Amino acid sequence: MKRKHIYISALIIACVISLAFIGSDKYWTITVNDVKLDFPANFPKPIYNFKDNTPTPAGFTLGRKLFYDPILSRDSSISCGFCHQRIAAFAHFDHPISHGINGLLGRRNVPPLQNLIWQNSFMWDGGVNNLEVQPISPITNHVEMAEDLGHVVVKLKRSKTYVAMFNDAFGDTVINSQRLLKVLAQFTGLMISNNSRYDKYIRGEDTLSAAELYGLKLFRDNCAQCHKEPLFTDNSYRNNGLKYDSSFHDSGRMAITGNKNDFMKFRVPSLRNIEMTYPYMHDGRFHTLKQVLDHYTQTFIRTPTLDGILVKGISLSEQDKTYIISFLKTLTDKSFLYDRRFADPNFVRN
Amino acid sequence: MLKKILYKTFCIAALVAAMSFTAPTGSVTITFNNYVGSSLLKLDNTTYKNELGQTYTVSKFKYYVGNIHLKKSDGTEYVSDKYYLINEEEAMSKQITLTNVPEGNYTNVSFTLGVDSLHNCSGAQTDALDPVNAMFWAWNTGYIFLKIEGKSPVSTQPGHLLEFHIGGYMQPNNCIRRINLTIKNGMQVSNKTMLHIKADVSELFKTPTSIDFAKLSSVTDLHNATTIANNYADMFSIQ
Repeated sequence: MKRKHIYISALIIACVISLAFIGSDKYWTITVNDVKLDFPANFPKPIYNFKDNTPTPAGFTLGRKLFYDPILSRDSSISCGFCHQRIAAFAHFDHPISHGINGLLGRRNVPPLQNLIWQNSFMWDGGVNNLEVQPISPITNHVEMAEDLGHVVVKLKRSKTYVAMFNDAFGDTVINSQRLLKVLAQFTGLMISNNSRYDKYIRGEDTLSAAELYGLKLFRDNCAQCHKEPLFTDNSYRNNGLKYDSSFHDSGRMAITGNKNDFMKFRVPSLRNIEMTYPYMHDGRFHTLKQVLDHYTQTFIRTPTLDGILVKGISLSEQDKTYIISFLKTLTDKSFLYDRRFADPNFVRN
Repeated sequence: MLKKILYKTFCIAALVAAMSFTAPTGSVTITFNNYVGSSLLKLDNTTYKNELGQTYTVSKFKYYVGNIHLKKSDGTEYVSDKYYLINEEEAMSKQITLTNVPEGNYTNVSFTLGVDSLHNCSGAQTDALDPVNAMFWAWNTGYIFLKIEGKSPVSTQPGHLLEFHIGGYMQPNNCIRRINLTIKNGMQVSNKTMLHIKADVSELFKTPTSIDFAKLSSVTDLHNATTIANNYADMFSIQ
């Protein structure tokens, strides 16, 4: 009987403690330290430098609320965070292509959101030229959020919570598309991944295994020309030998430039957190990293716009591929994937 | 001695201040009057004819003007770097007032039809350049410089629609056009000055390229955009 009492008491205490933790404002509160612009020393200068948009705790908190709020979609069903999931470095976990409003399918794989301020353009075809205007695409796309940007502003103006939050962030209650887009850029622009085991190894804080190190060497010899360190992309568009899929009707960068030489060229994606962002390629056609490497050594197809590096060919043994994959997994950045600043604030509390 | 220097300095400062504060300026109100040929544009119900005799109506006509320069006969210029969205549906939008224009005789007005490349790349903007004005492409970032919509019975589009959304700031599809107009008898700017500029819709469909609505009834991306842009380069004149 006594034992039972102790057991129950312990249980109650544990519940109280965990409730206090979950309910604690501290977990959700964004402080000045949380929004400090602290760029990694080994990264180049960012392209988006937050000019006229210095992140503030109130601005970032508002951006976070908007990112996770389906109010941005026509029928309040889809938020940014619906397809951009934190656990997958803000890609859509295990989705080749994604479903938006009314379950409609898009035609491209959701790209992860990380180190966006070092990107000179956005989308698989590079059609968007500034981080601030990027959200207009998914908000207005008919198979994603299918909403009118002006109507989003109208809806926000009706909400007492948002009027108060815009007031906190900007010092007055004006709500317009510019302010909406700027605070979203504060939130997504601070999604910086530079704390993987690879990064710690580069900084001399951690070691890599012999297999991982050999993988890094093979990577540098065969892959790094396009997937350039430290961002693991050179921000270019290339045809990597994927077969054109007429059911998607997607010619890549050619649709943006109108130039036939850009047929089937797509953005070289960063490989950071690649372990978590499967499936791969612009249409999510490969499920595993092994399939991707097999594509580069064997199954790519030759077309007039094929990238020069593949024209020459990449040769890797089966053993080499396992070494490269073990290296790629050192790019997983757990402190980024579990960063509380980017968690959905509606998940536990409203 | 010191007193004298102080006095002189004071006099010069006062003179400079007086000059800068009283340099006479006025305002210039530019009114954009949209026409089709020689008659004022009427939306929806009035039928017009293009060079090929094909009939059409206009339901929407909007365009950006900006970076306005007014040039005096002595070569000095007044520059306004703002952008304005002229919308046939909104009478107020067709009047632009430039303030603090130095008095004098102006012989030339020039402006950009469209939005310069810098403003196409500068992220989220507001006022005339707010993307909620439905003059913005999200999927291939950039402003629509000029939008005209209507109908023509020969159009092969659903509902026989005509739809010309013209934009693009990068070569070789650059649709920005600099408009340069000579003010024949000069414009004397004083207190409140008016300038009327005519925009002729019919010019969109002719010179240098006559548009056959049976063949081209929709331009909504870079394909054929410069053809229309080359046509609209000469759509303005001083009234």
